[in-house]
Amino acid sequence: DQVLHIVPETFQQVQHLQHLCSTLLLDLWKPLLPEDIWAGENLHIRVPAPLVQEVKDSLDQHMISYKVLIPDVQELVDQSMPRERSSHRQVPEGYVYTEYHPMEEIYQWMTQIQKSNSELVTQHYLGKTIENRTMYYLQISQPSDKTKKIIWMDCGIHAREWISPAFCQWFVKEILQNYQSDPKISRFLQNLDLYVLPVLNIDGYIYSWEKDRLWRKNRSPHMNGTCYGTDLNRNFNSSWGSIGVSYNCSSEIFCGSGPESEPETRAVAQLIERKKSDILCYLTIHSYGQYILTPYGSTTKPPSNSEELMHVAEKAAAALMGKHGTSYEVGSTALILYSNSGSSRDWAHMIGIPFSYTFELRDKGTHGFVLPSDQIQPTCEETM
Amino acid sequence: DIDGVGHKYHLELVLEDVLDRDATVNCTAEVLYHLGNQNIAPDVQFTLEGELKNTDDADNIFYNRIKSLEKELVAENIPDSHGNVSPEMEPIRLLAWVASGYVIWQNSTENTKFQLAQIKRVKQVKRSDEYLEFDYMILLHEMVSQEVIPWQMTVLWRPQHGVQVTQ
Repeated sequence: DQVLHIVPETFQQVQHLQHLCSTLLLDLWKPLLPEDIWAGENLHIRVPAPLVQEVKDSLDQHMISYKVLIPDVQELVDQSMPRERSSHRQVPEGYVYTEYHPMEEIYQWMTQIQKSNSELVTQHYLGKTIENRTMYYLQISQPSDKTKKIIWMDCGIHAREWISPAFCQWFVKEILQNYQSDPKISRFLQNLDLYVLPVLNIDGYIYSWEKDRLWRKNRSPHMNGTCYGTDLNRNFNSSWGSIGVSYNCSSEIFCGSGPESEPETRAVAQLIERKKSDILCYLTIHSYGQYILTPYGSTTKPPSNSEELMHVAEKAAAALMGKHGTSYEVGSTALILYSNSGSSRDWAHMIGIPFSYTFELRDKGTHGFVLPSDQIQPTCEETM
Repeated sequence: DIDGVGHKYHLELVLEDVLDRDATVNCTAEVLYHLGNQNIAPDVQFTLEGELKNTDDADNIFYNRIKSLEKELVAENIPDSHGNVSPEMEPIRLLAWVASGYVIWQNSTENTKFQLAQIKRVKQVKRSDEYLEFDYMILLHEMVSQEVIPWQMTVLWRPQHGVQVTQ
């Protein structure tokens, strides 16, 4: 967006400017109303980026001279936001949880979160991505004598589902901000440890910021670098490659060259395998669709603890709806969505983790993957 | 199941106005998916129990605004990566939604679930008659295959005359 400075010289020019402002709904900074535009007086108009050329052409055509007062409004806005590095607060000052953040900022956020909450939070190395980036998870754990059961949550297994990592960050913030004041949270932490992986598919996430907003898979090269990406949520060792997948790299649901062929998958699987006897619940966060999905995707045969799984999920959906009225459907993937194999949720359940759920967050397709940031707060609040 | 013909579904649904969540209209519909030939769009019959809102005012404002543009409208990435749509582009997006509905209908089978994911590019095409013409390049997301499919569509519209789509 640009802000133009114009001093209209004649009444005709004033009229044309008024016409331009009202038909294009331009943002008048000075004066406030088109009717207050006068010849000989300073005029400041903010022109949205896609209309800049059009407006300038129009001004040229009518011999109206202008100056560019602000060449890039966004840049100015960014510069004016303080980016502070405070280690005296519980959560980083200036970190805006109601916006989407690129990976670099998320890395910084993790470091910051641990620093300012070191009594509760430790950052752990999980593994490396195919492009050699480091994967970290955060452990939120109240010091205690007893070994506690673990709840694992990962976000961002699919690159384009930006609301998912946004939720993981929000979740951590909420826990850390409220564990002393909220009795539910403090009781939670007395008995449970939380392991949160804010971005599982780091390479893919970065790619969706830099190159292709709707990218889904990781960035592993195939066929001599002519094709990229395995769907990490088809790559786990749960009936791998049997249904709802493609063996072709060019597909969005390419399951990889074999179960756990991808370093990201292996990094997660190895940790969970190691700790599985202590893990009570496995949560994996996706978008979109508004579902709470239970195992399995690869078969319609219900899991052994199906009743309990459904009961808990239904309570969750009801609680979620209580917040903003958003309705979530609950059920097994194979029954209410589509068949798929190799999903992390199925795998977690198959190795013995009793409660395993996939959350598909907002919305139902109106915005799909490109959920506006003004929905981050309500989505996270209700999911919390 | 209709032997030799296809699968027929009887639906009772509620239509909700995206711009005004309280405005709802009940609807019953019958959808017939044809056997075998996946290239024929499903047959759809429907009845609305009530009336759709009158949009003449908003239609005319948008129509006049576009008509009075000195240069043909061009825009990209609606919404942008962060989900934002500028107010000027909102009607352009709504138009794409309606038009993509037609494209989706023409290409749907019992095993697909399409949504409009994003408008990559839109270009207004100059016309000498009363119609507005827009050339859209859109991205459709298909839920089962998870594929994102680019699609070119040309859309004609004028107030009170509905939307026409030529692919």
